[in-house]
Amino acid sequence: MSSLLTIENIGISFGGVHALFGVSLDIRRGEIFAVIGPNGAGKTTLFNIISGLYPPEQGRVLLEGRDITGLPPHILARLGLSRTFQNLQVFFRMSAVENVMVGRHMHEQRNVLAHMLALPSVRRQNRRTRKDAEELLALVGLTDFAGESAGSLPYGALKRLEIARAIAAEPSVLLLDEPAAGCNPIETEEINELIKRISRRGVTVVLVEHDMRLVMKISDRIHVLDHGTTLADGDAATVRANPAVIAAYLGSHGTMEHRAHR
Amino acid sequence: MARGPFVSHYALVGAVALVVVLLPLALPDNFYLRVAALVYINAIAVIGLNLLMGYAGQVSLGHAGFFGIGAYAVALGPAALGLPVWLSLLAGAVLSGLLAFIVGRPILRLRGYYLAVATLGLGLLIWMFFNNQSELTGGPNGMQVPRLVLFGWRATGPATWYWISGATLVLGTWIALNLINSPTGRAFRAIHDSEIASRVLGIDIARYKSLVFVLSAVYAAIAGSYFSLFDGFVTADSSSFIRSIEFVVMAVLGGLGSILGSIVGAAFLVVLPQALTVFHEYEEIVLGLIMIVFMIFLPGGVVPSLLSLARWRTA
Repeated sequence: MSSLLTIENIGISFGGVHALFGVSLDIRRGEIFAVIGPNGAGKTTLFNIISGLYPPEQGRVLLEGRDITGLPPHILARLGLSRTFQNLQVFFRMSAVENVMVGRHMHEQRNVLAHMLALPSVRRQNRRTRKDAEELLALVGLTDFAGESAGSLPYGALKRLEIARAIAAEPSVLLLDEPAAGCNPIETEEINELIKRISRRGVTVVLVEHDMRLVMKISDRIHVLDHGTTLADGDAATVRANPAVIAAYLGSHGTMEHRAHR
Repeated sequence: MARGPFVSHYALVGAVALVVVLLPLALPDNFYLRVAALVYINAIAVIGLNLLMGYAGQVSLGHAGFFGIGAYAVALGPAALGLPVWLSLLAGAVLSGLLAFIVGRPILRLRGYYLAVATLGLGLLIWMFFNNQSELTGGPNGMQVPRLVLFGWRATGPATWYWISGATLVLGTWIALNLINSPTGRAFRAIHDSEIASRVLGIDIARYKSLVFVLSAVYAAIAGSYFSLFDGFVTADSSSFIRSIEFVVMAVLGGLGSILGSIVGAAFLVVLPQALTVFHEYEEIVLGLIMIVFMIFLPGGVVPSLLSLARWRTA
């Protein structure tokens, strides 16, 4: 399989502390790739660098072989990167369906004059965008909430709303930052299924996750970070058996199994 | 309830048009027509400001500056450059938009209070220019504004300006609602709620902030031109800080994020002082008290609060 997203020797520090140091990874087209690690390992920082929110101090990010390091987020979005956020970044004053409609922004015709005059083409496009958004809401199981203000949705629904909004952008790579954080086991199982469904649509999924059950079950490969550096990389079995990973996650006692089936 | 945006959207434009057409039948004389025209003129500026503040979430405490540019354009264009009034009006709108574009790029990086102070400074600078350039503008004494002449027809008197400002208000409402229900409007609202999420969805936030600032400046300039053409006279007061604050109060009181609210807010702040003259020297106190009471009981602004109340009652 060809590599789609490559991270080369990435480093960044905040206030003299290395948040990430010499991290490299290689994500292949079509796989589900997980980045795991204890709190403060640098997982979200890595996502913020990939999606253009932080410029790295060293290293490069390549998308399909093209250097995209330091490009602004809206350009990266146009190149096929989309993401969700650990701390929700929902448009709370808009309805659920409108949130997803914003996700279609890049694929819409953006002539302001036409918008001001509500030309027939703009109205047709609005209807199409709404229909696309409604289909995506159905995909994530939020059809019943379509017209509701996003501010009134329960937490688990907001997580799925962010995912629907991110896929509305038709990314080639979808970055999911702790998609199951704060969700109960049933909701986690739903997210699990959803991620597999998205992957089947041909989207490469990169996720940061704490929930071991989710990661072990659905990821093709796992990258383990600790204190900003790489601890291990490989499939679930390899990573699970790595003594350094067990030590970082559980201290020197216990096993990964232990933690996973808690 | 019909949630399709275009149904309610055109109903609203139609309702505003209907009020504009029917209101003169209920108004006994020219004094009232004059007040109504002032409501419409202010409402045009407030709709623009509401796009900026209520939808895109960017504050401006200097919008009277753009209003003043429009107000002086129709006086200075003919007097200093010999331009026809209608062309001066257009030039004022373009100039105002251009200034917003140039100044907007650097200051719209700022947020919240910092943006408020920067726009406040911009408004004050424009006001000081009009106030201090006495040879050109007459300074605090103001200057005459020629009549608008279109195809040999002189626009003068409250009735004429009632129809011109009313028609423009309907047009301004239609354009604003069209925008709100378009990718551009959704981008404005998205930026308001989360800049970071907007950016990763491919929205060029600098472009949209600049765009909405320019649009709001053009709305304000057109309103300003109408204001001084209607009066036949312009002073630096048209661009004063107090007027900037009045626009913000109209937008907030009527309801941020509500185009109808902009019109209601403008009506409220233009009509109420007229009605309160019976209180003589206590007029301002009563006005202040009424505003406080309204904000306490209708905290989202008049229109959004009443709408959510109605939805709650019917639910």
